[in-house]
Amino acid sequence: MNAVAPAVLECREVHKSFGPRAPALAGVSLSVPAGSLSALIGPDGAGKTTLIRLVCGLLRPERGSLRVLGLDPVHQAQRIQEQVSYMPQKFGLYEDLTVRENLDLYADLHGVSREERAARYPQLLHMTDLGRFEARLAGQLSGGMKQKLGLACTLVRPPQLLLLDEPTVGVDPLSRRELWQIVRRLVREEGLTVLMSTAYLDEAEGADRVIVLQAGRVLAEQAPGEITRLAAGRTFKLTPRAGENARTLQARLLGDESVIDAVPDAGTVRCVGAHPQCVPQSGARPVPPRFEDGFMVLLRGHEPPEAHSDIVLRHAPPQASGALIEVRGLLKRFGAFTAVDQVSFSVARGEIFGLLGPNGAGKTTTFRMLCGLLVPSGGVLRIGAVDVARAGDAARGQLGYVAQKFSLYGPLSVRENLEFFASAYGLHGAARRERIAWAMGQFELTGARGAAADLPGGFKQRLAMAAALLHEPRILFLDEPTSGADPLARRAFWRRISALAAQGVTVVVTTHFMQEAEYCDHIVIMDAGRVLAQGTPAEVRARAPERADYEPTMEDAFIAVIEQARAAEAPAGAR
Amino acid sequence: MLSLRRILALARKELLAVLKDRRTRLSLLVPVLVQTLVFGYAASYDLNRVPYVLFSRDSGEAATALIARFDGTGLFQRVATVTRERDLRAAIDARRALLAIGIPQDFSRRLAAGQPAEVQLIADGRNSNTANTALSYAQSVISAFNAQWRAAHGAPQPPVRLLTRAWYNPNLVTRWDMVPGLIGTLTLLQTLLLTAMSVARERELGTFDQLLVTPMRPAEIMAGKALPAMLIGITQATGVLLVAQLWFRIPFEGSFAVLYGGLVLFVLAAVGIGLVVSALSYTMQQAMLYSFVLLMPFTLLSGLTTPIANMPPVLQYFTRINPLRYAIDIAQRVYLEGAGPRLLLPDLWPLTLIAVVTLSAASWMFRHRLQ
Repeated sequence: MNAVAPAVLECREVHKSFGPRAPALAGVSLSVPAGSLSALIGPDGAGKTTLIRLVCGLLRPERGSLRVLGLDPVHQAQRIQEQVSYMPQKFGLYEDLTVRENLDLYADLHGVSREERAARYPQLLHMTDLGRFEARLAGQLSGGMKQKLGLACTLVRPPQLLLLDEPTVGVDPLSRRELWQIVRRLVREEGLTVLMSTAYLDEAEGADRVIVLQAGRVLAEQAPGEITRLAAGRTFKLTPRAGENARTLQARLLGDESVIDAVPDAGTVRCVGAHPQCVPQSGARPVPPRFEDGFMVLLRGHEPPEAHSDIVLRHAPPQASGALIEVRGLLKRFGAFTAVDQVSFSVARGEIFGLLGPNGAGKTTTFRMLCGLLVPSGGVLRIGAVDVARAGDAARGQLGYVAQKFSLYGPLSVRENLEFFASAYGLHGAARRERIAWAMGQFELTGARGAAADLPGGFKQRLAMAAALLHEPRILFLDEPTSGADPLARRAFWRRISALAAQGVTVVVTTHFMQEAEYCDHIVIMDAGRVLAQGTPAEVRARAPERADYEPTMEDAFIAVIEQARAAEAPAGAR
Repeated sequence: MLSLRRILALARKELLAVLKDRRTRLSLLVPVLVQTLVFGYAASYDLNRVPYVLFSRDSGEAATALIARFDGTGLFQRVATVTRERDLRAAIDARRALLAIGIPQDFSRRLAAGQPAEVQLIADGRNSNTANTALSYAQSVISAFNAQWRAAHGAPQPPVRLLTRAWYNPNLVTRWDMVPGLIGTLTLLQTLLLTAMSVARERELGTFDQLLVTPMRPAEIMAGKALPAMLIGITQATGVLLVAQLWFRIPFEGSFAVLYGGLVLFVLAAVGIGLVVSALSYTMQQAMLYSFVLLMPFTLLSGLTTPIANMPPVLQYFTRINPLRYAIDIAQRVYLEGAGPRLLLPDLWPLTLIAVVTLSAASWMFRHRLQ
């Protein structure tokens, strides 16, 4: 007999590949003990989703063995699926059904009896706080609420093992925290075993165990604290010199071989050295390691950073006196609903401007008005002294736009996409050829063959950026560019953005990653259509409540700002 | 100023997106050809080998001659010869025969005596269309018999002799007017769907926003979308035309310039309607649904299958805003009659009007849907 909690999931040397490409899983061995919360992390394409799908018997392994709840997923898939609940990345909610009808549908599909439902529904609705919205159409829920409903539908029948595939992608920090608390409570109070994949390292840090996958192999299977310890003695904080900002210091550090990782943090730069006790630069002050630092040490130990050259523009955007983007009293109403209410801010040339807020805060509406995709109901909106509402075409020629999801033409090749967008921006002849050659070179797109739709994710994002920069815009708009991207891809992305800003391109970005606000020169936090806080990241961070145990993060500040505003609103509403 | 370069770039992109996929490529041409063949063979009001029962109680010379005439035309096929009225009824009830010919006992005798004789024709009226056609075939056989009988027996000819000639389609073959009519009908189907879906698809994929943030104006986007759809529409019309000429060998009387001139106007009107649909729909499903809701009345009220003159007056008014009505008229008249632009003026100006109205409406809606 064994005293250790029996493993709910046991993998031995599991191999799986799709077609002639590199295998998705190349010999994965791991085990998940009962009653634990395990986080599955790793870069995009590391094999996280493949592993989860193998566990629920949706795929067959090529080699190796799997035991799930003591059963074999190859021959006993049906019995496993009766005891395992799986929430895929895109959960199949029916947008035209209400919250209640969605629950009923999944209960019917799983054969949950009337009596069981009567006991289970109140529990689920209370847990997800969706009780008030029972009669609302799923399509009208916010992103965070949809994910919670997806989780509730997954749990209509109490499972032995819960599998979650990136449940918090595209969800704002507040909803993310709520979702995470629900999962923790399920593990603690109901003794459920959970395996979830995530792109958020702070979530992984809160798990009992972390499984790090990379290129189809397990790099580590440990408690998060042990991963954090990998970076012990290697983490430092550096303060930029006079006349240098945190981004330029970061870029300089990343160019240094003795540095594994550098990220801007509260006006300074956190960096991780390649070797213990290797101080990268004078003036560096040691700080305690974080989970993310340990993760980067682990990844870099197995994969050296890709050779990276910073984007070089042919022509810097023209100088501007005063604000390049000027927004005063911006207003947008949809019928009786005010989506954006008296929003004002300004952005100077070469600044990175961040627009933050929970799902449904009005930041997408503001963003769409800035790009000229929506017409404001009131207020002033000027780009380079041009009124966007009056001179739409002229203003649009100065903008580059990268949408949240890949929105170039899938059937067309890389070159055909670039050719089309170059022409759409009025480029032709030699100028067009020259710009396309520039974009293909700068964004490393020359190797791409075939339709754009079949390219890997990182490639697509580079193509989207390249298409948006063909016409040398003064302003680049990015709508949640890093949503769903892994930590490595996010770093590469921000390096490009920093390089562009340093050369005078103004960048407006929305994001759900609060740490990424640190890359911005200026941020605005919105909720319910209004600006709640704005200023430099340091100024906004100062609004977080004091903490004795650690330095408050941007996420703490964000949640504090939103909660204060909502608390102030509540009595006013009751009056 | 509209930029021709931008319009052509968008048109090129649209064509690439449609034609790069082998399946889409096939789906644009194969169904058109198959439908032309199916319609050409299946949709016909002509009756060949009308099945009939003979109920003859006369075996005289005249009766035999009359029956021989029926059997000799190739239009009639005798399925039974009965001797009792009950059997005649059974044959028609069971749909074995469409027509019954009854010849009375004294038929030959009366004719020989120079007296008028009777022949009874009974038709299955459950399908009025075919019954009418069958009866008129039978009547023409009987008139021919009458004329010959008189000539052979020295009887005086009737004072009025009927001479019929069908112009432009001498044998009144349905296929001759049906297949040219398809040039418009099949083109409408594809052009409407193609334009209606193209914008909806971009909306669904999110590429429409990407397009709107470029300096392209709504009118340029519309033109860029309209051009490839028109090109594909005209190509499909050419496909139908080729089948009509090379496969069915229906003689073409008119001028290609006139036909294509009319087609361009028609396709423009169809694209205008497609763009209005696309401006109204958020998803591909909606675009598809709206298109089919429009296609049904457009086809039924086009005059392709049922004459417009037979419709209730209210519906006749409706046909005036139906571009397909004019397209079918143009195609049939240019094809069979060789009509020139002057004769087609009553078709050409309404098409122009429809195109102008729908394209302006679509352009207005595109600009105002941005709100």
